[in-house]
Amino acid sequence: MLKTFPKGGIHPPENKITSTKEIKRMTVPKVVNVPIAQHIGIPAEIVVDKKDKVEKGQVIAKSGGFVSSNIHAPVAGTVTKLDLVIDTSGYKKQCIVIRTDAKDPSNFEEVDFPLKTDIELEPAAILQQITDCGIVGLGGATFPSQVKLNVREGTKLDYLIINGVECEPYLTADHRLMLEKAQEIVVGIKILMKALNLKKAVIGIENNKKDAISLFKSIIKKEDGIQVAALQVKYPQGGEKQLVRAILGREVPKNGLPLDVGVIVHNVGTIFAIYEAIQYNKPLIERVVTVTGKKLENPSNFWVKIGTPIKDLIAEVGGLPEGTRKLVNGGPMMGKAIKNTDVPVTKGTSGILVISEEEASRGKAENCIRCGECVYVCPMGLEPHLLMNLSEKGFYEKASQEDIMTCIECGSCSYVCPSHRPLLDYIRFGKNIVKKLETTKN
Amino acid sequence: MTDSVLYSVLLLASLGVVAAIVLYVVSKKFYVYENPLIAEVDELLPGANCAGCGSPGCKSFADKLVNTEDISELFCPVGGNDVMKLVAEKLGKAVTEKDPTVAVLRCQGGCDVRPKTTEYQGPRTCAISAMIYSGETDCQYGCLGDGDCVAVCNFGAMYMDEATGLPVIDTDKCTSCEACVKACPRDIIEMRPRNKRDLKVFVGCLNEDKGGIAKKSCAVACIGCSKCEDVCQKDAISMNNNLAYIDPALCTLCRKCVDVCPTHSIIETNFPPKKPKKVVEKKPVAKKVVEKKEVEKVAVVKGEAAKPEVKKEVEKVAVVKEDVTVESKNTKTDA
Repeated sequence: MLKTFPKGGIHPPENKITSTKEIKRMTVPKVVNVPIAQHIGIPAEIVVDKKDKVEKGQVIAKSGGFVSSNIHAPVAGTVTKLDLVIDTSGYKKQCIVIRTDAKDPSNFEEVDFPLKTDIELEPAAILQQITDCGIVGLGGATFPSQVKLNVREGTKLDYLIINGVECEPYLTADHRLMLEKAQEIVVGIKILMKALNLKKAVIGIENNKKDAISLFKSIIKKEDGIQVAALQVKYPQGGEKQLVRAILGREVPKNGLPLDVGVIVHNVGTIFAIYEAIQYNKPLIERVVTVTGKKLENPSNFWVKIGTPIKDLIAEVGGLPEGTRKLVNGGPMMGKAIKNTDVPVTKGTSGILVISEEEASRGKAENCIRCGECVYVCPMGLEPHLLMNLSEKGFYEKASQEDIMTCIECGSCSYVCPSHRPLLDYIRFGKNIVKKLETTKN
Repeated sequence: MTDSVLYSVLLLASLGVVAAIVLYVVSKKFYVYENPLIAEVDELLPGANCAGCGSPGCKSFADKLVNTEDISELFCPVGGNDVMKLVAEKLGKAVTEKDPTVAVLRCQGGCDVRPKTTEYQGPRTCAISAMIYSGETDCQYGCLGDGDCVAVCNFGAMYMDEATGLPVIDTDKCTSCEACVKACPRDIIEMRPRNKRDLKVFVGCLNEDKGGIAKKSCAVACIGCSKCEDVCQKDAISMNNNLAYIDPALCTLCRKCVDVCPTHSIIETNFPPKKPKKVVEKKPVAKKVVEKKEVEKVAVVKGEAAKPEVKKEVEKVAVVKEDVTVESKNTKTDA
């Protein structure tokens, strides 16, 4: 019996169309729009001016506080303007617009570095380098990595978990990265183990990626302390709390972090970014993006520069097919619909999903029939139907007592609801208000 | 037979006496003193329980009025100066007079002028749609059209216009309780002074985008051209982030800005028609026609000088008290 988390969960159709497509390098875009708020926390502060020449990898916005991150120029070129551009939230946000210098050779050079296994840097230097290179969690939450790794003295810490689950349907970015950069990822794991003085690490991979599991198993034979855990295919196993429960059987306390049970979780994409940052001093300026959809001509995975407009990616896969209804930034479960194709790729963009008319429709919301499906599938053990009603009717304190804040917004409840009720929309709204109330109270 | 009647009557009577004694003792023992003034002041207040004053209801506001030394900061927007004067007489405290205000809608981006570029299928409330999305149009400042303001209005002073998808404020019914101001996630509704005959001049737009982008997303957006600022002789108009704002304290309602606004984003309400002669002198011919028509229609709204050929429209807009927005748009399509 494969490991998994015990409470709730669903198994939507996987639709991993692009799992056999190699990661291609995108042609360098002519213009990049780099938002300054690509991570959770305080937006970065712009340190360049209009008409400035920037080199590839130069810091263009400095970390604005403790929970913040540096942002680097993805291409060499000229800053044409500091403008407001619609980002994935649908609202206009501050962006640094850089026109690519077509003559600069650094824009077009080969960037696949050879494998380098010796770790020269000391733990403190490793953490500093991760901070400087603007590494954030690439699983989607974009939480600045240095904050996660900033472990207070005396904290009991014994496991590093590598999240290679990729439980979202359609997305294959992490899967391809694991297949193509397995050696590098293992070195990345060793870097983090050295930085945190950890002896044990587990790579969690769902069983629908058998090739990745066997590849890692063959590599880690030589390594001490690294294991591979094959997991049952179940959404939302990629959630930190679910993953820790599945692999180690430890229950992360509510409103707590994996750190509270001695675990640090990192995504494989983040590990690879850390590897490149430490071994080759390469800041986080590109990431793997899956561009997929059932009707696309040529869906695939790409290495994409941060700030590339999504329309460039769409053009690369053969344009929008007829009957396209929705473009989603991320996977179908947790992704967000985007407003237009000028939206730039950010550090958190793991995929672009093109959905057709019949898949996009939500269905008319009907009355709750008290079937209990949402309660059954909630991985956090909440009562989504109750939380929705409470936040709809404005009983925010009661919603807070019912642990609305522990909701991980996985969307399983909305997915299974036979009455098509907008459960997650209302829960998100309730969470927002409860958060505001709590901050004003303090 | 007579015995049983007697016994039961006696029993019930004694029960009644015992209960009366218990109730009397309890009411004396647990008596809570309440200042009788509170009830008297509560009588004076409108009793709308709208929370416009900041207290949850009229009773608690009355409590606050009685128990606060200095009540010059407190004000009942629904009752206005008249009620506050009565309260002041009753309590012998000083109150500050405030100019009456009225809610105005600072967005005129209806369905016909602000094209929908995306479709939103989530729950139809402004609060949620503003939180998870930026609305169905390209304007991220304008009305979302899901009517949260209408839902919170206790006085029936607002309704959604089916044709434009925008809320309409009935000035006569508006009590300036500001419930709609608080409900709107986009802060489109502003409280402005209530002038004589409900005359108002204000910028009906909150779009802070640069002119070209604003104009593309909405035909009646303020494009930040500063023409109104230049023409205003009282310095009442200020430009901020590509957006004009008319300071009601300085505005003399001369309407010069209304004439120069190239996108008709400055709204005037309930003005009598201007003398056409003056307009001819100032404006080129093509524009003059537009404005003349507009002026006529404004007159129509007021019910003055209603001409027979536009009588149909009089009927149509008879209910709409201040909906010049719709009218000026119609004018444009006519022209």
